[in-house]
This record gives sequence, C-alpha cells and structure tokens, in this order.
Amino acid sequence: MLAARLAALVVLALVLGTLGAVAWRAGGLGALQAADLSAARFTLAQALASATLSVAFAVPVARALHRRHFAGRGALIALMGAPFILPVVVAVMGLLAVFGRAGLLNDAFAAAGLPRLSIYGAQGVVLAHVFFNLPLATRLVLHGWQGIPAERFRLAESLGFGPADTLRRLELPMLRATLPGAWLAIFLVCLTSFAVALTLGGGPAATTIELAIYQAFRFDFDLAHAASLGLLQVALCTVALLATARIALPHGFGAGLDRRVWRPAPAGRGLRLQDGAAIGLAAAFLIVPMLAVLGRGLPMLSALPAQVWLAAGRSLAVALCATVLTLGLALPLALAVARTGRRRFEWAGTLPLVASPLVLGTGLFLLLRPFAAPATLALPVTVAVNAALALPFALRTLLPAARSLQADYGRLAESLDLTGLARLRLLTVPRLARPLGFAAGLAAALSMGDLGVIALFADPAQATLPLQLYALMGAYRMADAAAAASLLMALAFALFWLFDRAGSYADT
Amino acid sequence: MKLSLMLAGFLFATAAAAQEKPVLTVFTYDSFITEWGPGPAVEAAFEADCGCDLRFVGAGDGAALLARLLLEGARTEADVVLGLDTSLTAQAAATGLFAPHGLAPAPDLPVPFDDALFTPYDWGWFAFVYDKTRLAAPPADFLALAASDVKIVIQDPRSSTPGLGLLLWVKAAYGERAAEVWQGLADNIVTVTPGWSEAYGMFLEGEADMVLSYTTSPAYHLIAEGDDSKVAAAFVEGHYMQIEVAGRLAGSDQPELADRFMAFIGSPEFQGVIPETNWMYPAATPPGGLPDGFETLLRPAASLLLPPDQAQALRDPALAEWRAALAR
Repeated sequence: MLAARLAALVVLALVLGTLGAVAWRAGGLGALQAADLSAARFTLAQALASATLSVAFAVPVARALHRRHFAGRGALIALMGAPFILPVVVAVMGLLAVFGRAGLLNDAFAAAGLPRLSIYGAQGVVLAHVFFNLPLATRLVLHGWQGIPAERFRLAESLGFGPADTLRRLELPMLRATLPGAWLAIFLVCLTSFAVALTLGGGPAATTIELAIYQAFRFDFDLAHAASLGLLQVALCTVALLATARIALPHGFGAGLDRRVWRPAPAGRGLRLQDGAAIGLAAAFLIVPMLAVLGRGLPMLSALPAQVWLAAGRSLAVALCATVLTLGLALPLALAVARTGRRRFEWAGTLPLVASPLVLGTGLFLLLRPFAAPATLALPVTVAVNAALALPFALRTLLPAARSLQADYGRLAESLDLTGLARLRLLTVPRLARPLGFAAGLAAALSMGDLGVIALFADPAQATLPLQLYALMGAYRMADAAAAASLLMALAFALFWLFDRAGSYADT
Repeated sequence: MKLSLMLAGFLFATAAAAQEKPVLTVFTYDSFITEWGPGPAVEAAFEADCGCDLRFVGAGDGAALLARLLLEGARTEADVVLGLDTSLTAQAAATGLFAPHGLAPAPDLPVPFDDALFTPYDWGWFAFVYDKTRLAAPPADFLALAASDVKIVIQDPRSSTPGLGLLLWVKAAYGERAAEVWQGLADNIVTVTPGWSEAYGMFLEGEADMVLSYTTSPAYHLIAEGDDSKVAAAFVEGHYMQIEVAGRLAGSDQPELADRFMAFIGSPEFQGVIPETNWMYPAATPPGGLPDGFETLLRPAASLLLPPDQAQALRDPALAEWRAALAR
C-alpha cells in the first residue's frame, strides 16, 4: 500500500505539479476562447469514434485469434501488436504509402478505373487512430479471453451450450470487464493526438486541444491559456474515467486449474469464414503499412551514419530504464486498485495519458531549471517522462489480471499470512507473468519511440533515435530518415517481442 | 571509500578543466547544431582562436527558441541567441533582453536590413517546390494556383516557421484580399502539416504536386544527390523572405566574447559554411562565391518582407483569416 501511495504521489506530482508550475509562472489561468471550444468538440468527436471503432473491430479479431489455432499464430499476434509502438511520424508515412493519394490502394483503384479516395479529413484521422490502437484493443480483449479458465468452457460444452449461450454466460461478462478499460485507454490517447490529427486532418478544421496548447505556447506565448487547456484535458480524463467505471464490472469466473485444454474450434463454414476474414483483414490492415516503411528503409540501413547507431544505443538504454520505472509504478498501483477497489489509484495511473507533452516539459523545465542546466538532464527527464506516459498502458494491462488474482487467491494468501516479498515472489509475479511481460514490452517499445520528446530538454549531442530521425528529415536526408525509421521500428518491435515472450514463457 | 575518493577526484578534475576556459553559450535551433548543420564547423572555427569554449544549446526551432527565452527571462544563461527570424524579432526586442550589436549592416541581402539589435547570418525566399518530371506547367502566381487543380502541401502557421512565412507572404502580396486568396486555395491544399519535415517528406513521396519550402531547396537535391528534377516555381507577385538573425544579450556574463562571436558571424569562416549546411544564402557572400549549383536557382523578380513590428501586428488577424477560410 505504501508503494502504491508513493507511486500515485510521484505521478500526481509529475502531471499536476507541472501543470501547477505553468499556471503559477503565468500568474493564474486564462479564459478559454471560442476557438478552444470548437477544438474540444473536434477532439472529443474523433476520440469517441476512434476508440469505439478500435474496440468494436478488436472483438471479432480477438475472438477469432482465441478460438482458431494455426501455424504462425503466435508470430501473427506479436506482429499485429506492432503498429501501437510505432513513432507517429513513421506510422503516418506507412499509412500514406498505402492509403495516400499516391498510395498502393489508390493506384489499385485507378488501375481498376475507380475514383481515388482521399485519406485527408476526419476519416483519415480515425483511420490512423484505429491503425494505432486496434492492436492494443485486440491484445487486451485477447487477454480477457485467455483469462477465462478453460474449465468453464468445458463445463459450458458439457451443458450443451451453443455459441449464443457461451456468448451470454461467459464472453459477455468478460467483455464487460475488459472493454470499458480498453476503450478508455484508447479514448484518452486519442484525446491528446496532435501530429496525426493535423497531418491527416487536412487543415485547421482538424484542430485538437493539443494543437491549441501548441499555439498558446509558441505562437502567443500565453502560458495562462496553455495551463487552462491542460486542465481541460485533465477534466475530460476524469469524466471519462468515472463514466467507464460505472460500466465496467469485474467478472466472477473464479480460479481454474490453469490447464491448457485444447478445445476444438467451432465447426461450420460460416464461422470459419467469419474468423478467417477477421484475422486476414486485420493482419493486412496492420501489417502492409509497416512493410511499406521497412521496404523503403531496410536497403539503406548499412549506409546510416555512426551518429544514428549511437542514438539507437542511447534509445535502448532509455527504453530499458523507463521499463523498470514503469513496472515499478504500475504493479503497486494495479495491486492496490484490485485490493482496495479505490478508484483514485486508477485515476492517478491513468492521468499521464492526458498530460500534454508541452505542458509537462515546460512545467518540468520551470521546476528543475533552478537546480541544474536542462541539457544535463536530457536523458533522465526523457526516461522519467517516457515511464510516466507508458504507465497508463501498463496499468490497463495489469488491472484485469490483478483483479482476478485478488478475487481468486486473495483470501488464501491472507489466511496463509503471505505478505511482502514472499507474496510477490510466490504468488503475484508468477500469476501475472503474462500481463507483466506484455506491459514491459509495451513500456519498452513506447519509450523507444519516445513519447516524451521534449524540446526544452533535448540535447542534440545526446539525441535519441526519434530525435535523430527528425534531425535527418530536417536536413533533407529523407532516405537516411527512412532507414532510421526502419531501425527504430525493428528495435522497438524486438524489445516488445522479447518481453512479451518472456512473459508467456514464464507463464507456462 | 576508494570509489568515492576516485569519484571526487574525477569530478574535481572535470570541473577544473571546464573552468580553464571561459564559456560562451549560444542558444539556437536544433537543426543548426546537428552533424549535418553548420554548428560543428562554426564551433571549430571560432574555438580555433577565441581561447574559449563555445557551447551551443538547442531549443527546438525558431519559435521554440523565443519561447524558451521568454520563459527564462533575465536569468537566462545565453550570451547570444542565433536563429530568430524577422517574424519573431519584434517580440524578442520587446523583452528588453537584447543589447545593440554595433555592427555594420550585412552586405549581401536583396532588401535593405538595418537593425540595431539583430544582425542577419543567412536568408532565403519561400517558394513552392515541384518536380518538373511530374508537373510540366507550374502556376505563375497564387491566383493561378487557386484556379488550377495543382495539389499543394503546406505547414501550419501555429506550429511551423515556413507556415507562418506563407501566411505573411499572402498577406504582404494581397493585403485586404488575403482571405479571398485563401478561400481559393482551400481545394488545392492536400493537408497542413505540423512542421516542414512532414510536408517535404510527403511531397517527395508524391502526395502533392508542390510543397511550401525555399528557393534554395533544389540546391540540396542538385548538389548532394545530383538530381536536377526539383525546381522552385516563380510567382510574379514576388517571394516572401526569411532573414535569420542573431542577437547578443544585455545580461551576458561574457560581453567581450559575445561581441567577438557577433562579429565572427559575418566572417568568411562562418558564412562559407552556410550554403551547404543550412541550405540558405549567406548574409555576406564568402570570397570564393556561392557553391556550384546555386547559380541555377530561381532569383525572384521581387522580394517581399514585412517590417518586424508590422509582421507582429498582422500575425493574429492573418491567422484568423486563414482559419476561417480553410475550416470548411
């Protein structure tokens, strides 16, 4: 509990403390303007659509992946997780290579004599957000399915349940426990979207709150206004969290025997076709843009200058440190939420999702500058910010499993007086190995892609790989940038895959 | 114990080494200091005989640089700020942080530019760049562009320096009619990107026929890649200029070194590096002239530039017009 309180305090200090520092420097909050309200409307609308579609598509894909067994299934699940960890600029390039005006899809349409489709506009923003977040949603829902003990499915079978009964008795309760959390995480991550919304949005109609913060900082240098907009994001986060908390209900399947029971996949041509289509379409949608990025960059990889490799090493170190920090924050918070049911821990762990990187960076700058030159803090600040921004995803991954753990084994552990490190070693870590591995993989890969690129602290002499990628683009070296993007994608994916595998391995 | 003694010794040694030479701190934008920017060569040339340690601090781009300065105020450790342009200098001058440089005006600017606080180090013209193998007949002005079905990609003025440059370009060329021009351009704009890199990358991938960049952009493709297919389109209403300047801070703790660096900016060692690292025109052409290939670049018929205070005053109304015209 102490660890959880400490973790919550650290996160609150980082998110609200920096916001407070900006407001304090500005001497108060500024009034919101009419343009902010239209930005808030667009932000909310696109986040609602993106989160709902991501979750809706994730259900058939996760169900198909859960009940079908085929060669390469594990590799496919891992690969389909990759878009989530891509740096935004890389992912947008990949999407444009497929869906852009000169992309594969439009070339195919033109060859077939069909009119070209435009990705630019609200549809493009939602498409990109689904591309980013469908993988996360699919994995979270798949974890839900895997969390239903195999014995329950066998019982259902012996009771003669048809697919409709299984859906009602087993799958719907699981979805009710899993989906609101997944939806919330995606909704919030889309709430702070900036580059995707602007690049694919097609113009100022696609102005998000984050862009308004950007304008307040650099165009108007109006810190009071920026702080108000930051507070608006925190308020929206709180409302969304409270709303989903009312919908989400923990399921009560009880503990199973942890046996891997092979169940024959449901027969029938219709179901087979449906599952095949779900997996095939999702895989194509997620993997083709990534192949486009790799195809362009890999041939140039050997020509990359030494600085880029150095930056890659630096990014790896940052990612590993941030991963340790993220798990150190996420695990106590998840256990505390599961044990006490207190929403405030969940709220603290979710808050970083809506922290504007600009507000966070400026606040940290104001707070730390009296003590040290910002450039000397470049890497520690990058680690801390990446860890904080990866925390909500790690928490989302751990929470359902931590809740079942508490429900299934909590009383037994109490009666055995199993506490402290022994409980962690004998019960918590072994039972949570799979989500812990996935959470670590997410944190490592997300940090590799630098969620917290903060200009005020960036030191070009110690640039991380994403910063180096931007430097290459800014110096016209687009081919080198494409190679650096491939390297970044490969390293992020390798980290993700290693941790994820380690988790599944420890689980068996 | 041994380790802590060693650590203490190490810290002392590095602190002593750092104290030997005075440090001149120059705030600039990130791309100036990367391996591919002018920073490394400028640092080596200046340190060769200043007996000092020249330390560049990167702060994002030009606007982020100004924001950082405003954030730090008089307590800034910067001695010199390098990388503001004329759309930012009015706001920078208003801080009262800058001291007069006392230097003669730079010789090789196409427009007269004499500012007591800021001295130019390079300049360029904004232009729409196209690929002549893909677009045979580029439009000759904004009106022709608006009437054509040529697709362009531009940058957002709220987050990008060239984006703001385009906003002022249309305003300087069309004044009261700027909103009308933007309405005409709305269906030509494929999208608006947060920064220059995204827009230029999208243009190279074929997402748009033209991209807002600089007349000097084709020089990179020609000189570094041997590719002459990229060309800047000449617009008859003239091209808006970007003049990049440096200023010395009044509160600098190294006033002599700061003055020395300000004078060094106009020297051939500094100016000679600019064309092929920053891909802009030097403010004082070095004795050897411009690199081969620069003679092929577009020289606009007219140069447009709003005075800094006017640029500052027109920014907000121009942005409102832009938003209203494009927010369909």
